[in-house]
Amino acid sequence: MTFEPFTSATLLAVLPEILLVALAALVMGLDLLWPESRKRTLGLVAAAGLGLIWVLAVIFSRPSAENALIFGGMLRDDWASFVFRLLFIFSGMIVALISLDSPGVSGKGEYYAILISAVFGMNFMASAADLIMLYLAIETTSIALYLLAGYLRDDDKSSESGLKYFLFGAFTSTVMLYGFSLLYGFTGKTNLYELSAALGNVPPLVVVVSALLVLVGFGFKVAAVPFHFWTPDVYEGAPTPITAFISVASKAAGFAVLIRVMLAVFPEAESYWVPLVIVISMVTMTLGNTLALAQKNIKRLLAYSSIAQAGYALVGLAAISTAGIAATIFYLVMYTLTNLAAFAVVILVSRVTKSDEIADYAGLSRRSPSLALAFLVAFLSLGGMPPLAGFFGKFFVFAAVVQQGVAQNNSWLIWLAVVGVLNAIIGLYYYLVVLKVVYLYRSERESEKIPVPRAYAAALWVCVAGIILLGTWASPWIGTATSAAGNLF
Amino acid sequence: MFFILQHLLSLILFVPAVGALIVLRLPQDDENLLRWAAFILSLFPLGFALLLWARFDPNQPGFQFEEVAPWFTVINAGYHLGVDGISVPMVLLTTLLTPLAILFSFSIKEKVKAYMVLFLLLEAGMLGVFMALDLILFFLFWEVGLIPMYFLINIWGSANRQYASFKFFIYTMAGSVGLLLAIQTIGIALGSFDMVNAINNWPAFSDFIYGISPQTVRAIAFWAFTIAFAIKVPIWPFHTWLPDAHTEAPTAGSMILAGVLLKLGAYGFLRLVLPLYPAEAQTFAIVLGVLALMAIVMGALASFGQNDFKRLVAYSSVNHMGFVVLGIAVAAYVRGSGDPLNGIIAANGAVLQMFNHGLSAAGMFLLVGVIYDRTHTRDLNEFGGLFPLAPVYGGLLIFTSMASLGLPGLNGFVSEFMVVRGAFAVPAFTLITALSMIGLLMTGAYILKGIQKVLHGPVNPKWVGHSLEISTREIISIAPLLALMLIIGIWPSWLVGVINAAVTRLMG
Amino acid sequence: MNFPFLTIITFTPLAAGLLILLFPAERKDEVRVTALAAAVIATALSLFVYFTYNSAAGGYQFIEKYDWVPQFGISYHVGVDGMSLPLVLLTSVVMLTGVLISWGLDDRPREFFAFLFILATGVFGVFVALDLFHLFFFYEIAVFPMYLLIAIWGWAKTREYAAMKLTLYLFIGSVVSLVGALAMYYTSGLNTFDMLRLAEANFSPEFQRLWFPFVFFGFAILGGIFPFHNWSPDGHVAAPTAVSMFHAGVLMKLGAFAALRVGIMLLPEGARFHMPWIVLLTLVNVVYGSFIAMVQKDLKYMIGFSSVSHMGLVAMAFTTLNREGYVGAGLQMFSHGVMTALFFACVGMIYDRAHTRMMPELGGISKKMPWVAVAFIIGGFTSMGMPGLSGFVAELPIFLGVWKAKAVDVSGYPQWLSWLANMAQQPWYFPAIALISAIAIVVTAAYVLRAVQKVFFGEISPEHDHHVGDVTVLDKTALSILVGLMILIGLYPTIMAPLIETGVMPILKLLKVA
Repeated sequence: MTFEPFTSATLLAVLPEILLVALAALVMGLDLLWPESRKRTLGLVAAAGLGLIWVLAVIFSRPSAENALIFGGMLRDDWASFVFRLLFIFSGMIVALISLDSPGVSGKGEYYAILISAVFGMNFMASAADLIMLYLAIETTSIALYLLAGYLRDDDKSSESGLKYFLFGAFTSTVMLYGFSLLYGFTGKTNLYELSAALGNVPPLVVVVSALLVLVGFGFKVAAVPFHFWTPDVYEGAPTPITAFISVASKAAGFAVLIRVMLAVFPEAESYWVPLVIVISMVTMTLGNTLALAQKNIKRLLAYSSIAQAGYALVGLAAISTAGIAATIFYLVMYTLTNLAAFAVVILVSRVTKSDEIADYAGLSRRSPSLALAFLVAFLSLGGMPPLAGFFGKFFVFAAVVQQGVAQNNSWLIWLAVVGVLNAIIGLYYYLVVLKVVYLYRSERESEKIPVPRAYAAALWVCVAGIILLGTWASPWIGTATSAAGNLF
Repeated sequence: MFFILQHLLSLILFVPAVGALIVLRLPQDDENLLRWAAFILSLFPLGFALLLWARFDPNQPGFQFEEVAPWFTVINAGYHLGVDGISVPMVLLTTLLTPLAILFSFSIKEKVKAYMVLFLLLEAGMLGVFMALDLILFFLFWEVGLIPMYFLINIWGSANRQYASFKFFIYTMAGSVGLLLAIQTIGIALGSFDMVNAINNWPAFSDFIYGISPQTVRAIAFWAFTIAFAIKVPIWPFHTWLPDAHTEAPTAGSMILAGVLLKLGAYGFLRLVLPLYPAEAQTFAIVLGVLALMAIVMGALASFGQNDFKRLVAYSSVNHMGFVVLGIAVAAYVRGSGDPLNGIIAANGAVLQMFNHGLSAAGMFLLVGVIYDRTHTRDLNEFGGLFPLAPVYGGLLIFTSMASLGLPGLNGFVSEFMVVRGAFAVPAFTLITALSMIGLLMTGAYILKGIQKVLHGPVNPKWVGHSLEISTREIISIAPLLALMLIIGIWPSWLVGVINAAVTRLMG
Repeated sequence: MNFPFLTIITFTPLAAGLLILLFPAERKDEVRVTALAAAVIATALSLFVYFTYNSAAGGYQFIEKYDWVPQFGISYHVGVDGMSLPLVLLTSVVMLTGVLISWGLDDRPREFFAFLFILATGVFGVFVALDLFHLFFFYEIAVFPMYLLIAIWGWAKTREYAAMKLTLYLFIGSVVSLVGALAMYYTSGLNTFDMLRLAEANFSPEFQRLWFPFVFFGFAILGGIFPFHNWSPDGHVAAPTAVSMFHAGVLMKLGAFAALRVGIMLLPEGARFHMPWIVLLTLVNVVYGSFIAMVQKDLKYMIGFSSVSHMGLVAMAFTTLNREGYVGAGLQMFSHGVMTALFFACVGMIYDRAHTRMMPELGGISKKMPWVAVAFIIGGFTSMGMPGLSGFVAELPIFLGVWKAKAVDVSGYPQWLSWLANMAQQPWYFPAIALISAIAIVVTAAYVLRAVQKVFFGEISPEHDHHVGDVTVLDKTALSILVGLMILIGLYPTIMAPLIETGVMPILKLLKVA
């Protein structure tokens, strides 16, 4: 395995990460310098900075054609990591925007700095090509997220969520680390791309066991069943912008490493872990959807919905084809836009109603028709309705898995698609129920408008436009996702 | 002028419909405008019909003034119009009666616009039936005519109008269902709905249809046609809708109903049943004759038993149409056999009777309407000795009644005589004809009863001082009818000549 | 044909809907005017396309094709033929009259028209689709606005239940068809969703026979086929007037049309095989629907079930596999669309004023609402198949088609269905079905006349006498348009029947019966 020698061009590959560090430092610095009254602007600075980094990344950090392993094989500069990193930076930007005016987090410099660090960690998760790097990145991200989840020190629920997240995360990452150690122990290699060759000489049982252990850690990140138990409580307790962030970016990061590691390290063991993925996917979708049916709290409903959505994304992985992985990546992009929009609305509403109960969303369509519409777009996208992104997302994953199932004559894959489709129907039901409350039910507080600060409006516009764009002109996006996927094989 | 002659039938057909649309656009409140507009618009078809009559050549075989245009090509049904010696008098009758009926309807006070529009549409519907030479087109106009009549009875009728109109509509429609199914069968078998084509090819059709033999299919279709038309004529025992419908309808509605609508059924027999099913018609002609007998006798007896003047006249229609059916039955029986002369005479009589009854029934209903408008009762026992109070009316009533009774010198005699002459000479029908004379006797009885109860006897003190005399407008409405009754009575050949040529061809 | 007529027709409603959403909520008049403008534009363009379609040439015209997701062979591919063109026109007419009738809607008209127009775009998109994915995409777009439209503006008593039931039913139906469509996509090996190419894909008979029921029924659910018609009456009744007009007038045609385009045209062998038993289901639709309509006391339910019955005729016509039947189906889709839109419009107008739809409580309405009375009566006669109106023109060819129909291909029926296969081959099988369906005509006449007499004639109750007023000019315009169409087609079928025939002949070729 040859590693790219270090050149100045290599720096460009990690330009985003360098800039992220600088931004975090800037925010911390401004936090010290600025008076209390100006502190709200910190969020705008963070968001603007992230936006700028995003643009610069697009211009300068495009991967070269050869999927180089850089920095001594620690990172892999390919389209997959590029796409994921852009996704994380974007999520961070939107989350920064919707954190403005959020009680307890707005105007707190460290909050934004930790947020940026989380993005930083995720970026490395996506591009890590070495077990050590991978572990470091995962831990960086996780610790940042634990802190963010429990940020509201005075809120019992937030502290509980942070602690729960920490305990769960620590446990699963230990298990994952044990898996890593097995891999290293038996092969002597840490580079992901050298491991698969080396694993040829390792007893299959070990391979399988290490694969399973690794899956535990990734499963936690992705919030797949049975590693999902933390999700409802953490989502409910954490400050809502962080809930949003965890639900999209952390999940996407989990997928990034999951895909990369499973495909790079364990291609030979596919016959073992693919059926497992199929089963997990089926169970995740079904459990997420069925439990969501009973929820009365919007954040918990969105939590279970996220679990189910992860299940749909896993369908693409089960296909183990370029089309399948591309579909998963597309799905994650769709899901990011959609969930961020949904949570943005949740934040805005709860600021006024001081509640996260679904019943309190009654009359939203009259209090703020535009927010209701954004909510509508987001939920219908989650439900998989055209002309929104969710439709194409589901279409691509199901198409990929059916294609693979037909090609390999594997009826399990077809059944997976069937289960997925049935779940889509169940899912639609509870999304419609929420929309029913928003549009149909009346409340006495109908005439109180809900203020939408410009930052939020901007964030919502971007997300909604993205949802509609991906839902109608999906071709370039799936094309990009396909290139990203291709790089992983 | 050439254009008019080329499209004469379409003009006759569409002018009333267009006229209805014109009336629809007129302001609702100006009732006089509406009435006169409708009347004048209805004179146009009459003018065209007279032109038609003038240009019609009785000696030319087949249909004249034919017009063909693509219409519903998908199912091979076309817009095909044409007339022959049987339909021309019917067209004339329709276009004559409608303006007169509209003129009489000037006394209608409520919803004048709707009334006039419906009347004009009704005219279009009836004319369409007489002129159609395509089975689907025929059926279309057959059904379309039901709707305006339903509403005319339902809205402007007397006390029991809901029941009467509903029964009229459903009864006729039920018969039409069978007709439609039979028409569909013909269309499928022959691949076309054209009537001329059907007349040429259907009787000899020899392929199996739906696996059933053509004879069986023809027999079933024959009965489907027959029942549908029998309901319309009406032939006993399918006549029970008639008394209610006629009685409850407004006067002008009854005029048209009895004057024209009943003729549609008879026309259907002559135009469709006899040519399309010669063998079956021949087989069942005796049955038809017996039913005609029942109509003649029962109708007369029922008439005699009525106390309601209008109902009396209504049953008289059953009686008179019985003669039409008798004539048709004879024609069916004799057709294609060696000596068709008797059939020709009887058929001539039947068609003439159709025309004549149109005149006399319309006249009778008009006169009943006149007295009803003034006294608001139709109960014969309420009248009495009205002659001095309304001498002109009385004279007209007697005249019309005599025509209806069949007094020689008036039109009714000529047609009834021809039917009886033709029927009597055919051995199978001799007995039937003899028995129908009972009906003729009763006809005299009920007519005289009617006249006596209304006009003669001591003057009923109730009506002294009321102005019961017939108005000028109403006289003008009935005058043409009276004139025709007289003219046909003493010099029928101008009309019979036209009919005869067509009938002769019909009889082969 | 370079000007993108079809795209403009399809997206004008959507554009208008999005534009409307940008208006402030208080500007109700601007919203209405914009909606009307969009409807007029769509109608004008539809008429233009209708009359400039080259009937002699036939086939698909006004075609536009752009790549959409080339990785999957998905393209934006639209065109119209003789079957879809009348339906495009129908949609724009119903849209126009729906806007006119909803002019008085006061509760958030902005959202109402926006959602209604999204629905309209979805419907247009399906009718003009020549790409299978494109068809599904727009089909789904047409499903979800129904939920909001019914749930928010519908009849308070049942709207939530009806909306949810309708949406889930239709969604499940579309998913079932999607599965079938994907099966076609993968098995064809052509890596394209283009329907023109898939029609030539030569799927194996076994494949077609297996998948035809999925695809056909998935869509026919929206067409109200028995036994999946259950969502329809509740949906009709719960929906606000314009939505009912759309629902019964257009949406159900969407289902039938998609069943034709995707089921019959792409899987013809399957169609030939399955029709002999599907016709029995449609017979139930026709007869049962009319009997249930007969016992309804709620006027809107009566009309809803009447729709189930009339749409059954469309499905029955599809099973005939012959020219008359298919032309009749096309005509019936248009005629019934106009007629039922008219009915629901009338019922809506009555309900808005009298606040009841129960026939025993109504009476004498013709005194107060003469236009509605006349329109309803004409619609009623159309529904009975009275000659001179479009219903006759549509039902006659259907009946002729049923008389003439033959079971084309019944070899291969399983043992336990061999009795059916035998029966279907008898020469009396289809004629018997035609005869039994004729019962429905008589029953229809009965319940329509009864409704007319009960609702419009007779005595008016005193409170109605005081409160019920006549309809507005806009309402009258809408009613006139609908009535005019019924009479026009009824008297002059040449204006539509030959066009439909040009669309039918290629279908019959695909079915190998022509």
